[in-house]
Amino acid sequence: MSKTTVNALLKRGIKKKLAEKVAQYYTLKELQTIEYGELEKKIGKEAEEIFNKLGRKVEKKKTKVKKEEKERKRETKAKKKVKKKVEKKKERRGKGAGKGAGKEKKEEKKKKEETIEGRIKRILKEKNEYLPFSIIEEIVEKVEKNNLQDKIEQIVEKAVEEYNNHLMEPFEACGIVAAQSIGEPGTQMTMRTFHYAGVAEINVTLGLPRLIEIVDARSEPSTPMMTVYLEGAYRVNKEKAKEIANKIEITRLINIAQVETDLGNMRVVVRPNLKVMSRKNIEIGNIVESLKKLNKVEIKEGDGIIEVLPQQETYRELRRLTEEVKNLKIKGLDGIKRAIIRKEGDEYVIYTEGSNFEKVLELEGVDRTRTITNDIRAIYNVLGIEAARNAIINEAYATLREQGLNVDIRHIMLVADIMTSDGTIRPIGRQGVSGEKGSVIARAAFEITVDHLLRASRRGEKDELKGVAENIIVGQPIQLGTGSVELAIDVKKLSKVRK
Amino acid sequence: MKFDILKHKLVPHHEILKEKEVEKLLRTYNIRKENLPRILTTDPVVQAIGAKEGDVIKIVRESPTAGTSVAYRLVVSKGIE
Repeated sequence: MSKTTVNALLKRGIKKKLAEKVAQYYTLKELQTIEYGELEKKIGKEAEEIFNKLGRKVEKKKTKVKKEEKERKRETKAKKKVKKKVEKKKERRGKGAGKGAGKEKKEEKKKKEETIEGRIKRILKEKNEYLPFSIIEEIVEKVEKNNLQDKIEQIVEKAVEEYNNHLMEPFEACGIVAAQSIGEPGTQMTMRTFHYAGVAEINVTLGLPRLIEIVDARSEPSTPMMTVYLEGAYRVNKEKAKEIANKIEITRLINIAQVETDLGNMRVVVRPNLKVMSRKNIEIGNIVESLKKLNKVEIKEGDGIIEVLPQQETYRELRRLTEEVKNLKIKGLDGIKRAIIRKEGDEYVIYTEGSNFEKVLELEGVDRTRTITNDIRAIYNVLGIEAARNAIINEAYATLREQGLNVDIRHIMLVADIMTSDGTIRPIGRQGVSGEKGSVIARAAFEITVDHLLRASRRGEKDELKGVAENIIVGQPIQLGTGSVELAIDVKKLSKVRK
Repeated sequence: MKFDILKHKLVPHHEILKEKEVEKLLRTYNIRKENLPRILTTDPVVQAIGAKEGDVIKIVRESPTAGTSVAYRLVVSKGIE
C-alpha cells in the first residue's frame, strides 16, 4: 500500500478506510483508467463511491460484468471441488505424502489471499522478530513495484538482520551521543545568531537563543507566535478570515482614536478615527461600552468626541486616567499583538505575534486540530504532556533545520523524552534534569560543587555509586558498555573444552 | 468540555490499559509500574479519557522514524516525589 496513493485519495474526499483498502490494489493512475467492473470485483460496492469522487462515469456494463463474474465464480468453485476431491483421494491413497501436499496447497492459497503487509507481519511473528511500521511499509511498496512477491521471506530476513545491527547496544551511552550530536552543530549556530524575519513580517527568535529557550523550558518564549488554521467557509473566504483576525488581534483605544488630556477642563478627550474603526469593524458604541467598565469615571458622548471625566479633580488622577484610557482593550484576545493573514495553497492562514492558545482554540471557525503555537508551556496546559513532547521535537528540529544543520531527529526525541518523562516539562540543566540526579557526587560534579557537598554532609546523604560521574571520581570502572557486563565461567564446561 | 483536544494533531492516541495487559507489559520488560514514565492526573488528556491514578496509559505515537511507536505512562497525582 503506498502512502502517496492514500493521501491522493484522501484529498479527493474519499474516506481513509476505503482509501487504504483501494491503495492496496491500485495506484491513482491505475484508478483513473481502470474499468468499473474490475474495481468492483476487488472492493465491492464501494467502487461506485470512488468513481464518483474521481469524477469518472460508472459504465453500465454492470449487469454483464456481474453475470460474467458469477459464472467465473461458479467455474472456480467447481474446479475447487474437483481439486478437493482429488486431494482427498490422494490422501486416502498415500496417507503421509498426500496430506503434506494438501496442506501446502492450502498454505499457498492463504498466501495469495493475504496482503503483502499481512505476510510480512506473519513472517515476523513466526520468527519472533520486530520491525517498525515504516520499514514494513517501505518493503511493501518496493515489493509491489518490482514484483518480488516470492522473495518476501528473504527480504524480511535481511531487513531484520540489518535492523538489529543498527539498534543501540544495551548500556550504550545514548545520552552522551545525543548531547554531542546536538552540541556540535550548536557551536556553528552561535556565529550566526540573528533574528530572522520569519513568516510574514513577524519577527521570531531563531538559532541558538531559541534552542536554549526550548531546552530550558521557559514559561514563555521571548517571541511567542501562533499559526491559526481555519475551517469551513473561513478557510477559503478572505473576508471571513479577516473577521477572525480582527477578533483575535488586540485593539487598544490608542490604535483607533486620538486620546488627549485637556488640562483646562480637567478631562480626557477621545477622538475616534472612523476610517480605522470601520476597517476593524468597531463602532462608537463599542468604545463607550468599554469605557463604562472603567472605575470612577463619568462619560459624555457627543459631537464626534467622547469625554471622560475623573471623579477626583486632581492632576495626578487625570494623568493616570489618560494612560488607562489609552491602553483600554476594545477588542481581541490578551497577548496577541498582531494578526496577519496569508494565503497558503488554497487556504487562508493567520499568523499572530503573541500567543493565547487556549482562547484562540475556543473561537468559532478556528481549526482546532491544526492550530499551533510556539509556546510549549501553553501546549502542555491545553493539550497535555504528549502534545508538549511533540511540540518540543517539532520546534527544536525546525530550529536546527532552519539553520541548515542536519541533526538526527532521534537525538532530539531522546531529549524530549527525558524532559517530559515525569509528566511535567523539566528543563535540562541546574534546575531540572541535571539538578535532580540521585547521586551527590554527580550533582557536585556538574555545578555549584560546594553547595551540594555541604548540604549532603549536613543531611548525611548516601551515594550508591551507580552512575558514571561518581565512579570516575572514585576511580572505579563505570557502568557503561563493557563496564556493565560481568563475565562468569562455567568451570565444568571449561575443562571439557580443554580436552 | 469546550472542544475535543484528542483530535488535535499534536495529541497522539491515548488509551487506558486493562489490568491483564498491564501485567503482561510489566512482565515482558521485567519492570515495576513505578519504572514507567509518568503522566499527571491533571493532564488534559488524562481527564478527557477519564483515567485514574494508578492506571497505565498506552500511547501510540506517530513517529517520523518508526511510523508508529508505542509508549506507556503511569498516571500519578504529582511529579517526582
